[in-house]
Amino acid sequence: MKVLVAVKEVTTVEDTFEIEDRRIGEQYVEYELNEWDDYAVEEAVQIKEASEDVEVVTVTIGPERAEETIRMALAKGADRAIRVWDDAIADQELLDVAAKTRLLAAVVEAESPDLVLTGVQAGDDAFGATGVSLAESVGFSWAAVVNGLELDGDRAHVRRELEGGVEELSDVDLPAVFSIQTGINEPRYASLRGIRQAQSKEIEATDLTGLGLDAGDVTSALSLVEMYEPESQSDTQLIEGGADEQAAALASVLRERGVGAE
Amino acid sequence: MSEDVLAVAEHRRGSLRDASFEVVSAGREVADATGGRLHLAVVGGDVDAFAEDVDRDGVDVIHTVDHGEEFNHDVYVQALAALHAEVDPALLVMPNTVNGLDYAPALAGRLDLPLVTDCVELEAGEGLSATREMYGSKVRTTVETQLPAAVTIRGAEWPPAEGVGDAEVQPFDAPIDEDAVRSTVTGFEEVGGGDVDITDADVLVSIGRGIEEEENLELIFDLAEALEATVSSSRPIVDAGWLEKNRQVGQSGKTVTPDVYLAIGISGAVQHVAGMKGADTIVAINTDPNAPIFDIADYGVVGDLFDVVPALIEEFGG
Repeated sequence: MKVLVAVKEVTTVEDTFEIEDRRIGEQYVEYELNEWDDYAVEEAVQIKEASEDVEVVTVTIGPERAEETIRMALAKGADRAIRVWDDAIADQELLDVAAKTRLLAAVVEAESPDLVLTGVQAGDDAFGATGVSLAESVGFSWAAVVNGLELDGDRAHVRRELEGGVEELSDVDLPAVFSIQTGINEPRYASLRGIRQAQSKEIEATDLTGLGLDAGDVTSALSLVEMYEPESQSDTQLIEGGADEQAAALASVLRERGVGAE
Repeated sequence: MSEDVLAVAEHRRGSLRDASFEVVSAGREVADATGGRLHLAVVGGDVDAFAEDVDRDGVDVIHTVDHGEEFNHDVYVQALAALHAEVDPALLVMPNTVNGLDYAPALAGRLDLPLVTDCVELEAGEGLSATREMYGSKVRTTVETQLPAAVTIRGAEWPPAEGVGDAEVQPFDAPIDEDAVRSTVTGFEEVGGGDVDITDADVLVSIGRGIEEEENLELIFDLAEALEATVSSSRPIVDAGWLEKNRQVGQSGKTVTPDVYLAIGISGAVQHVAGMKGADTIVAINTDPNAPIFDIADYGVVGDLFDVVPALIEEFGG
């Protein structure tokens, strides 16, 4: 059995930042493995550990820099990795869902996995759509926002986390794409041994030609025309001072509202 | 392509969800700009009752697809693809809910429509201009695309449509290939349990990622004891297994409306805010002055919880 995990290196932004030309200034950003994808990697590795003959392959759309993040996934137990990048991808200001789908679909066709896992959404652009879009494109079945997964022969029993503390139980035929919600498992930390082993695992870099695609396939239908900090509509009354003064002022606010009244 | 807009209602376990009335408002707004009609699709469940309920001001046509009881994405994609071909709308408006995200990307893919998810503002003219957030609400972006297009809209950004409409209700006989339905809903479960009911508390002391370590939670329970309050939390604390799911406030947890909500070390992601914005008084303690929680807080303390909380416990004689 082969499990393909689509992982993304996401951009995280410091509390204070500046926007330069529709981008966050490079000095205010860091890159890390997308939180949701961390759970997807863990789920795949747990499937591998629970049975014989499971290969876990990660795929990432990202520049060479992303290899550091990819190594983390390898250190946690993925067997090998594929990294897709191309100048034509770098030229896109905002890669839309359809473009990501075409890239990942080409990888799915080359790898023929039985199961594809990915995070519910990316912490940066947060489209939350790639997994389901990919499933449709490659003819797999799917389930979005999965927080429980049990494989059972040629089908899976899944739990989907709906709103308001309700879970939907579903049976889904394989092959399938599942978008994994945080909390489904407890992602491990990479062990030193894992980190050492990851150094010798293969990261296959491929470009559009390698996937049988061309620049037209990654031309985004969306253009990013503006990025700005939302104006705060806040009329928050800020309580100033040192911690003791703040606590005293806060205490009187709370007491006025009957908090702690005997 | 027509100038019309097609919106899709959402229901679960026999009731329409709020999102159904919000897509009507968003859809009407766009249809007014394009000069088209607003169509609403109701797929599955008691479609006649749903159609009557969702016939609010501004809806021109309601298409009912009487197939199945509960949401099934394979049915939705097939039915809506067929209906889209018939209506040929400029814009397809769906809710950015868990179920919305379970069919909208596949439907947009099948129809070859550009998709913009989680929109908070929409403007239609020659093309579509949509506003959405990135980086956990730190920035807003405007993205443009051509029409026809598909969007999902964030909850509670548009008001629920009101009034009584006089829409024409048209049953739509969607061709559903049962062999292409490859998932089956087998049931629903309420999560949580335990004896704590955070929805019943007058005062909630709610903790988020800022607590850093599980053992630091003791500090929060000490504060709750001093304030005679109940402890609740944001999602990461429950994901980490430090608190039970029945203490989680937010979209996937509980919706609470206490007299006082004390948000400690909670950034205020939109999913969290959805569950607590109805509190009478919101107090936030956070180190980050730009944290979104301060956009909705009545009182704000910019400071380190590990300094402020012990001092506050002392104020209340703890």
